[in-house]
Amino acid sequence: MTRFLAEHFVQSPQWTWYILFYFFFAGLAAGAYVLGTLLRFSGDPRDEPAARIAFLVCFPTTVICPVLLTADLGVSWWKFWHMMVDVTPGDTGLNFKYWSPMSVGVWGLLVFGFFVTVSAFDAWLSNRRSAGIVPMPLNRAFNVLGAVVAIFIASYTGVLLTVSNQPVWSDTWVLGGLFLASGLSGSAALLALLIRNRPDAGFSLGRLHQADGYFSVLELALIVVFFITVGAAGTLAREVPWLPLWAIAVAGVAGSLVEARGHLRMQTAGGAGTVAGVRLDTVVVSVLVLLGVLALRAAVIFSAQ
Amino acid sequence: MAAIKAGEEYGFFTDTSVCIGCKACEVACKEWNQLQGDSPSFLADSFDNTGTLDAQNWRHVKFIEHVPDQPATAGNGTAWLMMSDVCKHCKHASCMEVCPTGAIIRTEFNTVFIQQDVCNGCRNCIAACPYGVIGINQQTGTAHKCTLCYDRLQGGLEPACAKACPTQSIQFGPLAELQQAADVRLAALHSQGATQAQLYGRDDKVYGGLNAFFLLMDKPETYGLPNADNAKLPSRNDVGGYLTAAVTAVLAVIAGLVAFRRRGTG
Repeated sequence: MTRFLAEHFVQSPQWTWYILFYFFFAGLAAGAYVLGTLLRFSGDPRDEPAARIAFLVCFPTTVICPVLLTADLGVSWWKFWHMMVDVTPGDTGLNFKYWSPMSVGVWGLLVFGFFVTVSAFDAWLSNRRSAGIVPMPLNRAFNVLGAVVAIFIASYTGVLLTVSNQPVWSDTWVLGGLFLASGLSGSAALLALLIRNRPDAGFSLGRLHQADGYFSVLELALIVVFFITVGAAGTLAREVPWLPLWAIAVAGVAGSLVEARGHLRMQTAGGAGTVAGVRLDTVVVSVLVLLGVLALRAAVIFSAQ
Repeated sequence: MAAIKAGEEYGFFTDTSVCIGCKACEVACKEWNQLQGDSPSFLADSFDNTGTLDAQNWRHVKFIEHVPDQPATAGNGTAWLMMSDVCKHCKHASCMEVCPTGAIIRTEFNTVFIQQDVCNGCRNCIAACPYGVIGINQQTGTAHKCTLCYDRLQGGLEPACAKACPTQSIQFGPLAELQQAADVRLAALHSQGATQAQLYGRDDKVYGGLNAFFLLMDKPETYGLPNADNAKLPSRNDVGGYLTAAVTAVLAVIAGLVAFRRRGTG
């Protein structure tokens, strides 16, 4: 039996910096929403301050997403709304193609924006007057729905690349999962970075590092599968020039694994959830993880083009 | 040729065996469609100086200069292949499949057309087109490609490239007639010993069939065309992509629940 090797004769779509940073911020925003929900849903009441910070972080990281997407359209930026409304003469109506990740993603981003706005406003109000706009039981249900949309937002960007005919992107099916795991890891690192000096939220620091460690295990496994699938398709050579970026991505994964292991040991020894001595580690590891999240997306995006 | 009628299928049959690389098709295309063309450049890897299909080149005569060590034998002129490349107007078009705006439509002549007033330049079609046909026009910020001279068809005129081709390498007409002509030509070439000659896109093995199909003198890959094994629609990856994401999501949520579960520590 002959081995199937993908051959590509495509042009590059020139999805570069705007798209790279869109993927980065979308991953962080969606990841933060999922973490906020998980902290609120299953965590200790002392995790609530961290959950609120997660929902607050979602807002700016989500707001920047449509700005980047619109800027990427260049001189046609004013036609962004054509993604949602078909203006074909005689055939006007709403655009929704469930088989086109870009079409679904635009609607997903709109719906996610609604969840983020409500949750961020609720968190802001809760911080100011210790009660949000939505009663807590309803809030949790609302958050769960929002988290489902967030999972889609974090992962569809990878699926969008996969559903193409570009080398590397279309040669693998792991990008959706990989971007999701990476986004969750990055948002856990970002939250850890933000709460490290907050006495009210410090309780969650170790738990976030631990979660980051689990997400990093997933991410590492998916990176391995990515290289296997791309290698099987015969387009692995395209990754060679981008190995430095992959090295940064793997360093971020390794950093979060080491940090998580340290917190697990502390916990086993009956230590506190947060220790002042780990603050410096948190800064170093979180920055490394965030750089890794960006580097991973850059390596995937640029290696195909 | 009979009058061009809406509701009938039209296309191109490009017979590469008689292409002489004169590029009259490229010129005629630019002339009619008012394409400025790219800035002149010396590519240094071919006698071709167009390079590739893009927003300014809707026809491109490829020069495939595979000069063998031994002289080509009579009737086997594979040393220098030429092919006037163009949008294939696929029956199952990858560009149309992924376009989120509905800008890419199928016309009343069963050709694939990008509506310039609807396109917003997202470039998803460029990522999807397996033939590298579509390019972005930086001035308009929209995707451009061969329209199969949609405006000329509406006026009852054949496309400019086919009109200009001096060797009838590019033939335009109703698809069924072109397919018959291609079958006759292929049989003639085979009878003359050119057994490597083959039709590309004549049947439905490649994207359900191509409205612009070709007679090739070598395998499709030599011309930069995906063979039947590689001719896949982008949507083939929808299920696998989302499924991996879903499995990852389940594992990640479980991981998060484990990490954040109440343990009474503080």
